[in-house]
Amino acid sequence: MLSIRNIVKQYAGHRALSDVSLEVKSGQVFGLLGPNGAGKTSLIRIINQITAPDSGEVFFDGEKLNQSHINRIGYLPEERGLYKKMEIGEQMIYLARLKGLSRDEAVRRLKIWFERLGMETWWKKKIEELSKGMQQKAQFVATVLHEPDLIILDEPFSGFDPVNAEIIKDEILALNKKGATILFSTHRMESVEELCDSIALIHKSHKILDGTVKSIRNSYRNATYLVEYNGTALTFDGKQPFEVVEAKEGSDNDNTIKIKIAENSTSNDVLQYLLPKVHINMLQEVIPSMNEIFIEQVNLIR
Amino acid sequence: MNKVLLIIQREYLTRVRKKSFIVMIFVVPLLILAMGAVIALVAKDSNELGEKQVVKVIDESGQFAGKFKNQRNLEFEYTKQSYAEVKAELLKNENISALQIPADYTKNDAVKISSKKKPGITIIEKVEAEMNNIAMNNGMLKNHIDTAILRSIKSNISLSAVEITETGDKKTSLGANIGVGIACAILIYLALFIYGAQVMRGVIEEKTSRIIEVIISSVKPFQLMLGKIIGVGLVGLTQFSAWIILSVISTKILGHSPSSSGGMMSALAVLQTIPVGKVLFCFIFYFLAGYLLYSALFAAVGSAVDSETETQQFMFPITLPLLFTYMLSVTILFRAPDSPLAVWLSIIPFTSPVAMMLRMPFGPPDWQIYLSMALLVLGFLFTTYIAARIYRVGILMYGKKASYKELVKWFFYKE
Repeated sequence: MLSIRNIVKQYAGHRALSDVSLEVKSGQVFGLLGPNGAGKTSLIRIINQITAPDSGEVFFDGEKLNQSHINRIGYLPEERGLYKKMEIGEQMIYLARLKGLSRDEAVRRLKIWFERLGMETWWKKKIEELSKGMQQKAQFVATVLHEPDLIILDEPFSGFDPVNAEIIKDEILALNKKGATILFSTHRMESVEELCDSIALIHKSHKILDGTVKSIRNSYRNATYLVEYNGTALTFDGKQPFEVVEAKEGSDNDNTIKIKIAENSTSNDVLQYLLPKVHINMLQEVIPSMNEIFIEQVNLIR
Repeated sequence: MNKVLLIIQREYLTRVRKKSFIVMIFVVPLLILAMGAVIALVAKDSNELGEKQVVKVIDESGQFAGKFKNQRNLEFEYTKQSYAEVKAELLKNENISALQIPADYTKNDAVKISSKKKPGITIIEKVEAEMNNIAMNNGMLKNHIDTAILRSIKSNISLSAVEITETGDKKTSLGANIGVGIACAILIYLALFIYGAQVMRGVIEEKTSRIIEVIISSVKPFQLMLGKIIGVGLVGLTQFSAWIILSVISTKILGHSPSSSGGMMSALAVLQTIPVGKVLFCFIFYFLAGYLLYSALFAAVGSAVDSETETQQFMFPITLPLLFTYMLSVTILFRAPDSPLAVWLSIIPFTSPVAMMLRMPFGPPDWQIYLSMALLVLGFLFTTYIAARIYRVGILMYGKKASYKELVKWFFYKE
């Protein structure tokens, strides 16, 4: 769907993107991660043809990115904003028409969306009369009204209350199911694991990590497990097939230990070692969350 | 191109639908009419006295008694009373004043006029004129000069200006030319400012409301700028057309009504000595081309700032040539519409809209008009090019205090 190749973008004082390459496959939900000021918005602006890269190329569906692709992209910028004094219905239609929709078609689709999101009564309202959350909802509708193939969302959940954030998340997933490719930037990691198929991590203008969420997390597995057992707290003599990272004693002989399994051993070995000694309640692999990976990677570069 | 049309449509409709726009269409001509009426009234009345004034003349010289001529609302009474007696009367009635003429009245400040109120300038002027007249007559009589002969040789000449053309002589009215020229110059000046500032405000609005990023993910910055400029320009044209139509209708109605004064008709007759069609055409042209030239610059200024309060430093150099020409036009240039300064100002693009419109009723040579028009078109292409390059960078810059150095840098940015 989207192929970004060796993008470099230099601003007067600093470098926003250095040699960034990405592949976004059709139908994916792609997360663009990175701390503030990493270069996410610069990259998004390049994909939207708001600015052009100093070097490097972007391909959209195999074609070099050009003006004809604009109507197939929907963009929700990080800094939201609409014409304050314009009626909301008229404004949505205007924005959709700028994306190549006919007036009638825009009206038809807008009615469906307004009904779906409970906004029917807003049609004649001016933007300045709406609350901030309502404005965000309206802007989301404006972004997707022309049914773009690629939807680019810059920090889509910022500014939404939890209820509306959930609604918007569901709408994003529904659009994805209908075939739209989603590219969104965020620094909120919870949403990443929930939503994304693939991610790329950008830090200080460099891409430092990318791939599917599953493969990235797998590559960060380090044979750490959590074991919960019932019995007197164990003492270890060094012959056990693992190393204890952390031990916690609970009430009623409930104990939790975090262990790192020794090389050449498996979780089965651990169980075999422990079974005769205690009553095991749980054994769970500890896979680092995206949040932990994110922080680790960013700190590594610093 | 289709998208530019959409933008033009939005910019136009949102402005034309505003109540303030519709109100302006009717209020401005009414205001102008009211102002004209007030000026006419003031001009007519300032030489007249509102109430009947009585001047009690205490003539100690014996030269003036019985010689003052009564005028409208101004009566002279001769009294043998002393000043002290008259004074008692003055204090009771403020429409009475006392004129004391001592025996040696020719001495400076010897003659006194007094009343309860401060004596008005009109009374003082009239009494002065009367006294001078009487004193002169007295002097002539004393020297045996026949005042009747003197009056008959006093001349009263006024010139009638005639412009010679190939088709025949034509009476011209210099006053009307100056009036129309100055009116056109003022209108162009105001229009360039008002609509240029509207463009600037529109750009700032899009920037501060942050909708700009959504829009330019759909259209190119240049398309947006062009659409806005054309849209607002059409609003200006609509406004002017409405005013012209309204004034044509109202003069038609006034012209036919029997109560209309001769003054109105003579004003219309005077206007006929001016090539109205040509002036009107040039007005529209200079408004549009001048507007395109300046509004592009205004748009660039709007894109460079975060709020209207920051525009000052950039507005000044832009408005300077316009202000300069305007000030010159209404003070000096109208006296010499063919002077080298006026000719040059009417050819240089930044000043030509105002300067050429001032010269228009005086019929400047055609080649100067064509040259000025051509240069103005080149001028607006030039400013639009520069403005567009600053605009495309400026609209995405937030929180950066723009300086001239910064603007130059933006101009040289690649895409």
